Amino acid sequence: MRARVLVKPKAGILDPQGQAVERALPALGFSGVRNVHVGRLVELDVDDPERLPEMCERLLTNPLIEDYEIVEVAAAATGSVA
Amino acid sequence: MKFGIVRFPGSCDEVDAQLACARVGEAVILWHGDRDLQGVDAVVVPGGFSYGDYLRVGAIARFAPVMGEVAEFARAGGLVLGICNGFQVLCEAGLLPGALLPNTSLRFIFRQVELEVAESGTPFTRACPPGRRLSIPTKHTTGRFYAPEPELRRLEATGQVLLRYAPGHNPNGSLRDIAGVSNEGGNVFGLMPHPEHAVDPLTGSTDGLSIFESIRDTVADRVAA
Repeated sequence: MRARVLVKPKAGILDPQGQAVERALPALGFSGVRNVHVGRLVELDVDDPERLPEMCERLLTNPLIEDYEIVEVAAAATGSVA
Repeated sequence: MKFGIVRFPGSCDEVDAQLACARVGEAVILWHGDRDLQGVDAVVVPGGFSYGDYLRVGAIARFAPVMGEVAEFARAGGLVLGICNGFQVLCEAGLLPGALLPNTSLRFIFRQVELEVAESGTPFTRACPPGRRLSIPTKHTTGRFYAPEPELRRLEATGQVLLRYAPGHNPNGSLRDIAGVSNEGGNVFGLMPHPEHAVDPLTGSTDGLSIFESIRDTVADRVAA
């Protein structure tokens, strides 16, 4: 299965990258934008999606500073391994 | 006494750390792939970019074979010092509380900072001159110390905040100006500034030496006990 893990800074933690984007948008005429946060996307094909939360907790994120969301996309793009 | 300095692929301050340790004792390099601490009395996890820090600072290095031994050593009460990337690695490994986030400025910062010793008399600060600030260089992009509010209060109450940036010297937005923290047992300590770069008058300050002298004195006391 192909999955996407969306990682973002935990709510309440100062996110200077999100702030920089939020400040830049009005300069291009995009007004009315708030609460911008910049995170990371990890896309992966996995045989056993049930193990994804453990992968997130142990390596893909640091649960102290990051929240994550697992999105199942579709069947694995690479097919079976010979 | 014998210091062991861990070398990961991507470490870059391990030689300076070794030279600093060699001023107060013997100092050997410990390869990341070895499960052998060579009988050292204290371990230094040095600065650099372990395994490239490709995912998140310190996230990959914590799984290095040598880190299993370091964790075991720490659990048994052994002294472990993490500097900069070493601090990040120890946080990721759960040997130290908190985490290091990108500097508020999002820039790489390289400057001399003044530090206040918040807890004297600890295994890592006992040789620091009382009531005097330490002048030590700092150089990092990801050095903003973070811990949740209740954890910060706990760290302060239990005396685990050993070093703070002096007023006006916090370079990275660290909460409560925290520059260095220890674990609950007091035998593992991490800091973002680089004491190993401040051991020779040639580079402007020798204040960093007191951290290594503290470790030496602590080990000497333990041997004598």
